[in-house]
Amino acid sequence: MARRITYQLAINEALDQEMARDETVIVMGEDVVGGTGASGEMDAWGGVLGVTKGLYAKYGDRIMDSPISESALVGAAVGAAATGMRPVCELMFIDFLGVCFDQIYNQAAKFRYMFGGKAETPVVIRTMYGAGFRAAAQHSQCLYNIFTHVPGLKVVMPSSPYDAKGLLIQAIRDNDPVIFCEHKALYAMEGDVPEESYTIPFGEANIVREGSDVTIVALGRMVIQAGKAAAALAKEGISCEIVDPRTTSPFDEDTVLESVENTGRLVIVDESNPRCSMATDISSLVAQKGFSSLKAPIQMVTAPHSPVPFSGALEDLYIPSPAKIEAAVRLVANY
Amino acid sequence: MSIDLSVEDLLDAYRTMKTIREFEERVHVEFAKGGIPGFVHLYAGEEASATGVCMNLRETDYIASNHRGHGHCIAKGVEVDGMMAEIYGKRSGTCHGKGGSMHIADLDVGMMGANGIVGGGPPLVCGAGLTAKMKGNGGVALAFFGDGASNQGTTFESLNLATVWKLPVVFVAENNGYAEATAASWSVSCEDISTRAQGFGMPGVTVDGHDFFAVHKATKEAVERARNGGGPTLIECKLDRFFGHFEGDNQNYRAKDEVKDIRENKDCIKRFSKTLLSDTAITTDDLAAIDKEVQALIDNATAKAIADQEPGAADLLTDVYIKY
Repeated sequence: MARRITYQLAINEALDQEMARDETVIVMGEDVVGGTGASGEMDAWGGVLGVTKGLYAKYGDRIMDSPISESALVGAAVGAAATGMRPVCELMFIDFLGVCFDQIYNQAAKFRYMFGGKAETPVVIRTMYGAGFRAAAQHSQCLYNIFTHVPGLKVVMPSSPYDAKGLLIQAIRDNDPVIFCEHKALYAMEGDVPEESYTIPFGEANIVREGSDVTIVALGRMVIQAGKAAAALAKEGISCEIVDPRTTSPFDEDTVLESVENTGRLVIVDESNPRCSMATDISSLVAQKGFSSLKAPIQMVTAPHSPVPFSGALEDLYIPSPAKIEAAVRLVANY
Repeated sequence: MSIDLSVEDLLDAYRTMKTIREFEERVHVEFAKGGIPGFVHLYAGEEASATGVCMNLRETDYIASNHRGHGHCIAKGVEVDGMMAEIYGKRSGTCHGKGGSMHIADLDVGMMGANGIVGGGPPLVCGAGLTAKMKGNGGVALAFFGDGASNQGTTFESLNLATVWKLPVVFVAENNGYAEATAASWSVSCEDISTRAQGFGMPGVTVDGHDFFAVHKATKEAVERARNGGGPTLIECKLDRFFGHFEGDNQNYRAKDEVKDIRENKDCIKRFSKTLLSDTAITTDDLAAIDKEVQALIDNATAKAIADQEPGAADLLTDVYIKY
C-alpha cells in the first residue's frame, strides 16, 4: 500500500528491505553509522544527512563506518563485490570522485570486459549531487555525465521518492556496477511510495507529464523545475511533455525520439555544466536520429561553464530556473 | 638449515619457480621477435617471492597483483596455456584476448587481476578480505605491489583501513629497487618499506626476497595471523628483476654489469636448488626431470598461443555489462 514519504526515507526503506532480504547486502561509508569508536551514541548520524539512520540497530556490523579514505573505501566495496558480496557504498558527495575515481572507472567498470566475462561486480555507489545548498564549488557539482561516459558503469538519477526506492532496489539486485545519484535538494520531497518492495527497470524513461507542443527532457531535480515551468506555460496555451530518462546509462533513446517525433521541439534541462554533458549528448542523439522531426533548433538549459558559486545570489543564477526553462520553451514554440 | 616443508612441497615450489622463469624468458624472446603486442613487464628474478607467498594460500584465498603479474598468476594457479594465449591477445586466452599481460585474472583460482594502475590492488584486497570476514569462511586476501606502489595514497589508505576494520589481509611489497627507471633508494622515503607498517598499527617485516625460505616463513606467519583474526601484516621482499621495467627498456639507468651480477650471484632459483640438493634428499635428476617438464609446458603453450585465433568483430562488444 502506498503512503506519502520523503525521497530520503524511500532510499532508507530500499536499503532496509534489501538488507533484510539478502544478507550479502552490506552498507559502508563515512559516518553512515556515525559514532563508531566514540564515547557517545552509535548511529549518531546515520549518514551525513541521515539517509541510513536506523539501519545499524537492525543490521549491526553489516553497516560500517569507514575512515575518510575514499579510495580504500570504494576499492574495498569493489573488491567485496567481485568476491561475493553486494555492497552499497556511500560516496558522501559526488565531488569526491576525484579522490577515488580510479577504483570506479579503471577497476569496477572494466573487470568484466578485461577479465573475459568472468567477473561480476554488483556494487552500488550511492552519492549525493547538485547545487542549491550554498555548499559551493566542491560540494555541489553534477558529475553524473563523467560516470555516464564510462562503459561498464550504469548511472541512475531518481527524481521522485517512488523512483528512488524502485531504482535503488533494482540497483542493489543488478549484477553490474551502478552509480546511484541522489540530489540533495530532493531528500525532503514527499511522494506516494508503496510499502512493499518493487523494482524499476533501468533504461526506461518516465513520461512525467504528457504534452503535444514541446518535449522537455529533464534530469534529476530538473524534472521538478521543468514541471513548474510546464504548469506556467500551460496557462499560456503551450503544452509540454516532460521526459525523465531516470537512468543516463543505459539511456532510453526510443522514448525521447518518439516524444520529439510527436512534438517536433526539444528543450533539454540539465543542471550539469554544458560542455560534454547529458544535454549535449541528448542533443546529438536527436540531431542524428530525430532530425526530420525537428521544427525548431534544440535548446539546452544548463548551468553555465563555471564552478558552482557560494553566494546565494550567484548560486540562484547558476541553477537552471523554471523561468529559464520557460524562456527556452517559448523560443522553440514560437520559432 | 632445518626445512619444515615436505619433499613434495619443495618440488612443487621448484616447479612453480622454474615455470615462472621459463615463461618469462620465453616471453622475452618472443617479444623481441615481434609477435607479442602491447606492454609487457617481466617477473624473472623475483620467483621466490610469488612462490614462497602463494604456497601459503588456499585456492579460495584471493590475491591482487600488479603490472608485473605473470609470476603471481602462475603461483596462484592460473593455467599457463591461457596466460600465454592472453599475452598474445588470442581468443583462447585467460581473458579471451581482452585483458592482455597487464590484466590477466582468474577469479576461479582467486586471482583478482594483474593491474595496469600502480596501487590499484591494495584497496581491492581490503574488499576481498571484508568478504571473507563477513562470510566467516577463514579466507585471506593478499596484495602484491612494488616499491613504486608503496608510495601511492591508495596503498596507505588500504593499510590503514585493513587495520581499522581488522581485515584478514596481507600486503606484500616487492621492492626490486626500481619504480620504472627511478631508484627506490631515492623515491621511498625510508630504508625499509616494512617500517611503514608501524604507522598503520600492524606488524611489518623485511625479508630477503631472493630467499624462498625466508619469504615462505614470513608469509606463513602473516597468513596464519590473518586467518586467526589477528589482522593485517606488511611484508617487504627485497629482490631484483632480471629485465627492464618493460620489454624494450634499454635499462640505461642501471649500473654496468648490474644485471649480470644479479643473474650470477643473486638468482633465487640457483640458491633454492643449491639448498634442496645439499639439505634434502632431492637429487639433480629430480630437478632435471622438472626442468624438462616445464620446458615442454612452455614450448607447448607458446606454440598453441601462436597458432590460436584472434578474437573477431563479434567479440568487441561482449562482456561490457552482464545485462544492459
